[in-house]
Amino acid sequence: MVNASFAGRTYPPTPPYEVGREKIREFAEVAGEHPFHVDPEAARAAGYADVIAPPTFAVIIAQRCDAQLVRDPEAGIDYSRVVHGEQSFRHHRPIVAGDRLVAVLHVDSVRSAGGHSMVTTRSEISTETGETVCTATSTLVVRGEDA
Amino acid sequence: MSTPAFDDVQVGDALPGQSFPITRADLVRYCGASGDFNTIHWSERIAREVGLPGVIAHGMFTMATAVRVVTSWVGDPGAIVQYGVRFTKPVPVDDVLGATLDVAAVVAAKDEEARTVRVDLTATTPGPNGAPVGVLGRARAVVRLP
Repeated sequence: MVNASFAGRTYPPTPPYEVGREKIREFAEVAGEHPFHVDPEAARAAGYADVIAPPTFAVIIAQRCDAQLVRDPEAGIDYSRVVHGEQSFRHHRPIVAGDRLVAVLHVDSVRSAGGHSMVTTRSEISTETGETVCTATSTLVVRGEDA
Repeated sequence: MSTPAFDDVQVGDALPGQSFPITRADLVRYCGASGDFNTIHWSERIAREVGLPGVIAHGMFTMATAVRVVTSWVGDPGAIVQYGVRFTKPVPVDDVLGATLDVAAVVAAKDEEARTVRVDLTATTPGPNGAPVGVLGRARAVVRLP
């Protein structure tokens, strides 16, 4: 079972993740092509400083942030039993190549239902200088031993 | 690829639907692009051992693929200010035949003050008997329009 005492916990900011043009390109080529992801001139013509990330790119940063909880033996999360239940993103502005982003992990809830545990985490993603960029919320379902 | 104007969009408008083929190679590439190397996305043996029908797509890959319908419609991926889904069923991806993700979308609400519209998405994949199986629940994108 997941350790319910982790609910409400907040972690220190992660080390900065530097968003690279080529990483955005790599992600977009498999998960959603658009000129604003790969062509700096097209992105600038639309008013962006550089290429922008696809709508779900922030999961890279959010899952690194979640790892602080998921990989903590004290949390009691058996990763082989984890299923992704829900995911959402609230973009305060698009992620742009060149951004240096830090994330603060909040464990919003830990609950049990039907032999499973549900853990909802929130990664508040901002620039190193404190500009809010994205809120990524994730619910992981940890299947019970008998389920 | 011109962005629809807020005032021209009505609740009930259907966006052009799309059908996306998915291959095992896509899943391998998504592993690398996202950093999610969970074995159930590339090892048939492990996937079956944990009770899955076979290798399945990353939920996040399905989520990313579904919203392409919205991106194509709005013309600017940066206009998508919120996007959330529930993962309700896996998308099995055969090593030879691959899989198909069929995505439909409709404008479900307008927020006059924020000048945003909510687009509700339906994502299905053909099941073993050919009937569509819904794979995402409450799949909603909020889009800012000029």
